[in-house]
Amino acid sequence: MKPAFWQRLDLWARNISPVGLTVVLILISVVPTHIPGYASIVPQLALMGIFHWTVFRPDLFPIWAVFLIGILQDSLSGAPMGLNTMVYLTIFGVVLGQRRFFLGKTFFVEWLGFNIICAGAAIQAWLLLSAYHVHFIAPGPVFFQYMMSMGVYPILAWIMGRWQSSVLR
Amino acid sequence: MPIGLREDSLVKQRPGAPTRVDVIRNLLQRFAYLGLILAAFGLMMLGKAETVIVEEVRARINDAFAPILEAIAEPAGTVRSYLDEGRQFLAIHEENQRLMQENQRLLKWQTVARKVEEENVVLRDLLNFKVGPEASYVAARVISDDGGTFSESMLVYAGNREGVKNGQAVVTGEGLVGRIAGVAHRSARVLLLTDLNSRIPVMIENSRARGILAGRNEEKPILTKLPPGTIVSPGDRIVTSGHGGAFPQGIPVGLVSAVNDALVEMTPFVDSQRLEIIRIVDYGLEGILDRHRLRTDLPKEDIPVVGPKPVHTSEKMRTVVPKPGMERRPSEP
Repeated sequence: MKPAFWQRLDLWARNISPVGLTVVLILISVVPTHIPGYASIVPQLALMGIFHWTVFRPDLFPIWAVFLIGILQDSLSGAPMGLNTMVYLTIFGVVLGQRRFFLGKTFFVEWLGFNIICAGAAIQAWLLLSAYHVHFIAPGPVFFQYMMSMGVYPILAWIMGRWQSSVLR
Repeated sequence: MPIGLREDSLVKQRPGAPTRVDVIRNLLQRFAYLGLILAAFGLMMLGKAETVIVEEVRARINDAFAPILEAIAEPAGTVRSYLDEGRQFLAIHEENQRLMQENQRLLKWQTVARKVEEENVVLRDLLNFKVGPEASYVAARVISDDGGTFSESMLVYAGNREGVKNGQAVVTGEGLVGRIAGVAHRSARVLLLTDLNSRIPVMIENSRARGILAGRNEEKPILTKLPPGTIVSPGDRIVTSGHGGAFPQGIPVGLVSAVNDALVEMTPFVDSQRLEIIRIVDYGLEGILDRHRLRTDLPKEDIPVVGPKPVHTSEKMRTVVPKPGMERRPSEP
């Protein structure tokens, strides 16, 4: 009886780790770094988590988790409630539809896909934010944030890939 | 059962026509997606309409994560300070440090001297000087970076528990950081001067001309609503005016950095990206700051005063005539 319980707990912990990792990424992205100018270009770490896991393990990344992750990101970063949530849900929907395209392709293709989708997300976020404030927000920071996200994705994707092959099996 | 793709892919792999259950499941899945998108959109609308519930939810979530963030923020600070030290060894270590300290001390003294100077002028004019309400403060650690692209605000690890309230001033030794907008039990959100929603009643220290400091979600906020004919030039010091009853008069805010026909830009004294510990000051002036007046989301076009139209205090608004020899044109440095 006991081993079965522990086995189940172990499996559960492994299965919840994609969502858990993404939550950790959110926390990392809001921790104060005190690097001048960094705050406005901090990469969209959560978006990377969502992209990666939606492509490779959508079974462990349910839609309600995407919703909750978005709420958490909005809440902690002080963005209008629902803004990132909508962006993430859109990304989730788009990636889920296209994921077969990414499976079995080289990393370069995956990265290219991320760049395209991340650009869409940045534009969507910018438009939503501008509409929310009824004021055109300077597009500069959104653009630099996008560039940062592009640059950071390979590193994070490698880590998540290792995680996937070692922990999730 | 969670709604994921697992069922979906199974459906596709299974031989034969999908059963009714599968069809319903598929529908549900689509419905969940649409429903959640609508929910997110609804949340945005709700937030825009300034519903208390949204703020409350946000405060709760922040509160739940505040201890974790606080725990991460401290070691992050230690690592950073080690890195800083290493960097200083490489540079001309001692000289740099000594100069920085001296500069900081002198800046503080400058603030004090200017304040005393202005105070003297005002005091000479007044017969009966009323002592302002006493201030008390709470020191708090900054536990999140400012939201960057989406908002200029940050979380601090102090809340209701420590007596923090909406509308209180947030300062450091250098000057004003912003104000509290949103308090939970053990955490609070600081709205920085640079946020699109920030409006601070300020004045130009020399000429005493009143205006509103409006954030733009960019690095430098702008001065608006200055009286017509005000002479303002780069280098002018901006301090709080005390109007609206939110902040007391004379907290240093920043220096005018650029003046042109369209706008007057200001560089804040406080570099919000390097903040580790801030002070939340209760000046006992929160009387007129009720929730309704602390509305944060208003269209850019009509720029309201934070908490309301300036309620005129005992000091009357004067037409500002620059003293002879003091007028400067915007073109002059």
